Amino acid sequence: MSDSRPDPDQLLARLQDEAARAARGKLKIFFGASAGVGKTYGMLAAARVQREQGVDVVVGVVETHGRAETEASLAGFEQLPRKAHEYRGRTLTEFDLDGALARKPALILVDELAHTNVAGSRHPKRWQDVEELLAAGIDVYTTVNVQHLDSLNDVVGGITGIRVRETVPDRVFDLADSVVLIDLPPDELLQRLREGKVYLPDQAEQAIQRFFRKGNLLALRELALRRTADRVDGDMLQYRREQSVSSVWQTRDSQLVCIGPGTEGERLVRRAARQAAQLDAPWHAVYVETPALQRLGAERRKAILAALKLASDMGAETAVLADADPVQAVARYAREHNLARLLVGASASGSWAFWRASFATRLARHAPDLDVVQAARDDAAAQPSALSLSEPGQRFAAWHAPASAWLASVAACAVAAAVGGLLHPLVELTNIGMLFLLAVVLVGVRYGRGPAVLAAFLGVAAFDFLFVSPKFSFAVSDAQYLVTFAVMLSVGLITGQLTAGLKYQARVATHREARMRALYEMSRELSGALLPEQIAEICARFVGQTLDARPALLLADDADRLRSPLYGHAGGQGSPNVTDGPMVDMGIAQWAFDHGEPAGAGTDTLPAAPLLYQPLRAPMNVRGVLALEFKDPRRLLAPEQRRLLDTFSSLVAIALERVHYVQVAQDTTVQMESEQLRNSLLAALSHDLRTPLTALVGEADVLANALTATPTNAARGTHPPDTKLRDTARAIRDQAMRLGALVNNLLDMARLQAGQVQLNLQWQPLEEVVGSALTLAAPLLGTRTVTVDLPPELPFLEFDAILMERVFYNLFENAGKYTPPGSRIALSARVAGERMEIRVADDGPGLPRGREEAVFEKFTRGARETPVSGVGLGLAICRAIVEAHHGRIRAENRAEGGVCFVITLPLGTPPAMDPEGEPLRALPGDDAP
Amino acid sequence: MNDAAPLILIIEDDAPIRRVLHSALAAEGFRLVEAETMQRGLIEAGSHKPDLIILDLGLPDGNGVEFLRSLRAWSAMPVIVLSARTLENDKIDALDAGADDYLTKPFGAGELLARVRAQLRRHHRVAEQAVVAFGDVQVDLVCRQVLRGDEPVALTPVEYRLLTVLLRHAGKVLTHRQLLQEVWGPGHVDRSHYVRLYVGYLRRKLEADPARPAHLVTETGVGYRFVL
Repeated sequence: MSDSRPDPDQLLARLQDEAARAARGKLKIFFGASAGVGKTYGMLAAARVQREQGVDVVVGVVETHGRAETEASLAGFEQLPRKAHEYRGRTLTEFDLDGALARKPALILVDELAHTNVAGSRHPKRWQDVEELLAAGIDVYTTVNVQHLDSLNDVVGGITGIRVRETVPDRVFDLADSVVLIDLPPDELLQRLREGKVYLPDQAEQAIQRFFRKGNLLALRELALRRTADRVDGDMLQYRREQSVSSVWQTRDSQLVCIGPGTEGERLVRRAARQAAQLDAPWHAVYVETPALQRLGAERRKAILAALKLASDMGAETAVLADADPVQAVARYAREHNLARLLVGASASGSWAFWRASFATRLARHAPDLDVVQAARDDAAAQPSALSLSEPGQRFAAWHAPASAWLASVAACAVAAAVGGLLHPLVELTNIGMLFLLAVVLVGVRYGRGPAVLAAFLGVAAFDFLFVSPKFSFAVSDAQYLVTFAVMLSVGLITGQLTAGLKYQARVATHREARMRALYEMSRELSGALLPEQIAEICARFVGQTLDARPALLLADDADRLRSPLYGHAGGQGSPNVTDGPMVDMGIAQWAFDHGEPAGAGTDTLPAAPLLYQPLRAPMNVRGVLALEFKDPRRLLAPEQRRLLDTFSSLVAIALERVHYVQVAQDTTVQMESEQLRNSLLAALSHDLRTPLTALVGEADVLANALTATPTNAARGTHPPDTKLRDTARAIRDQAMRLGALVNNLLDMARLQAGQVQLNLQWQPLEEVVGSALTLAAPLLGTRTVTVDLPPELPFLEFDAILMERVFYNLFENAGKYTPPGSRIALSARVAGERMEIRVADDGPGLPRGREEAVFEKFTRGARETPVSGVGLGLAICRAIVEAHHGRIRAENRAEGGVCFVITLPLGTPPAMDPEGEPLRALPGDDAP
Repeated sequence: MNDAAPLILIIEDDAPIRRVLHSALAAEGFRLVEAETMQRGLIEAGSHKPDLIILDLGLPDGNGVEFLRSLRAWSAMPVIVLSARTLENDKIDALDAGADDYLTKPFGAGELLARVRAQLRRHHRVAEQAVVAFGDVQVDLVCRQVLRGDEPVALTPVEYRLLTVLLRHAGKVLTHRQLLQEVWGPGHVDRSHYVRLYVGYLRRKLEADPARPAHLVTETGVGYRFVL
């Protein structure tokens, strides 16, 4: 019962997978066995079907190679122009990634996934461009040949004898949403070839002849079919997992590939990747750096690191282990990571190291619980150095020692000889031999194997020459001294070997300890840093010491744009010095920041750039970019170096985030305090001003009423009505009301100006506020007529009703002030694109020419000297309110005379208007009540 | 002054405003009781049982909402609140708590008297009429029929329910929240756009000029008031 239930972890993984996929575009690969099977044609045919269904299809790049049938099927598609790159004086055209991202079609065709981009493009490989397109949510159709798949590359190379350099990682192929196999039987392909229907790159005729042999084509076809079948198998597995059909799940066959110092590393990695893909199992790749291998030549080291990087690209976990004994290190790593299968390179037979067992044998002996698989040897790659993990280099390297060591070795022998000379009359000859042995041991301990062996030889020679009879001759009378010589020699060798190992361990430990200490110190210092500048300074010091690089720290501003670099400077040397930092390419830095991925040297993105741009990812956000200029760019490839850099950058990022939030908290406190102060000030002001005004208005009203001839007054027998006094009372009231309006305006402006108005946003029709503003403004408008044209189908807008009412009230008030009585005012609204446009037009005198913008300024009025009262705040308030709603307001003089105020407001997305499932109508209904 | 004249309780801490209220209302023959604090106001309300209360929302010893909650526990007497213009939320809270109308400072004596009279009238209207008439519209609450002129007007169930709620509280300011609660039920109180949409429909069906409604009046930022 329970076994038919899917594993929750797998389910979660699948859900996350689906969520990630939903946002991504879909990738469809048209897959073929070789050139000429018709992949491009097939892709275009599929795209045409999509286009006919109304999908927005764009051709990003399609190589027609001048073939008529392909060109014909390309007709009718929108084609993206290619981007021209200047490269060494030549102009090369390349797929325009940025153009495609900007055009953002639903589906884009990008031919030849394995293509290598022209130097200077953003990504070295086209498949990386495709990944970015997919990430942007664009569907992609593309084509690829079987020989371009990373894991099959060397197999195809082995079959056909032609190696292609342009490869695509298997994961791109495996993660594609669908793969269409374009299959063509070899005979037909050869027929097409003879008819010249197949485009062939400018290769040697002979190579082509060799490639397009029927045997090759059969093999390639089989590979392509099998690879597609594998994928289908994977899909089925996925399906089974989803449906939880099977309850039997074997433990995963995870494996570990050991990369040796030989050149076969890359082949091993490809083979392991292939197996891992077939088994759908995780895999690891390690390289053990022994003391000897530390001194490998730059080229060899680069090859090893490249193999590791390849493994990492193909989905492996990679590590560089530092240990004197590779066997132990590998076995330990395998056990720690629960890897049951080890894949190692083959040792060449007939090596001069015949007395030692091969690495695989030793590994098998040391760890009998692990499966050790020895990969078959590739003859082309087999060289003596491809033997096993460590021996040859180690043997070679242990002889290296500085000249002083050799001199010391000679000196030690001389001293031993001198002391021996002094003691000779007193002690046995054997004991003098011991003196020389001591010298050898000491030299071995101090200087390692080479000098120890020299000391052994010199010691033997000196002993023989000076002490063994016949003296002062190298002839040996007694054969037993040969044993002495042999012992001295082996002691020298063994001591040297041991010492070298110990020294290496000690050095590695010191190195590690230094790194840990530096990290620890840095994190301690960072936790005390209060300013980004301090962080930059700490960062610069650490990077200089530990990574041997020059950093520049780039922080983002509020709009997520990187600011110019905050240069680190050496500790205690005064102000930041611009010449201290490397030259930063802001474009690459911004890319790394936007994508949250490293770019530049040592990465997949713009690897030609001299600097590495490491994004500073903190838990909440990417905080900036750390640009690093390495003195030795090769160090970038070493995984442990990258891990150190990652740890380091996340420490810096966290420190930056902490500083950021401290700043935010401080700002908020200050802002809250000042807001509170302002609000209480405004509230007090408004209360203190309004109370006397209310009293003034009310008292004047009461007075006016008392002086009006009404039946109540007459009955009460109060003074006879005095119209003059009554008018005075009314004038007092009106002036007090105007003062009240002015106070309102000033207070509103103060509030809006502070930018602290809390908008009470509600979805509502414009009609309501226009109506209430009209009612309020009716006394000011007098004989002026207002026509309102608001179509019933206008959508609701989200705004603050009080404030928007104020806008219309102020506009009507304005019209009341500046247009002659009897003028016509027209208010209308319509939807224009994603905004609503509201026009309030009058047929008055209009605004003075050139003052259309100025009227919106504070304390500004259309004409400078007018008999109309006011301080010129009304329109300024209108503008402040409309802008707070993300809208615009402008004034224009109408051609037919008068002024027109145009307000545009964003439409937004109104909420669902279906209360209780009632049918919605914009017009009076026709259903029964 | 005679005993038949309505008794009004003024709860206001500002002496000048109290004076204005006093002179305006006394001139019209109302009987008056004054209180300076909320506590005092509650005591006066309990002992004098006034016909109407005028309550300032900015009292020093508590806000009007508390006063209204205590008052509404035992009395349905009309309450008009006084508030400053920018404090819409205070008004809404007071109306939700049971106030009947509001006045924004500064206000004129005429406006004050009109509101006071309207509330007194509303409160004294005893029985619900079977037919309510406004403008050229007649609403027959018994037959559930709406006539405009002589033509029957087709209303949807929600529109009709909204109209009856507004009519029942004619003269009182109803907040969006109160209308949502009464017409749509307690689950919909956050969807004020429903009310706005349906008030729009009603206006187009019943008002002479929907842009300048004479009966279904908008109280901007607060709610609606039905004026007969």
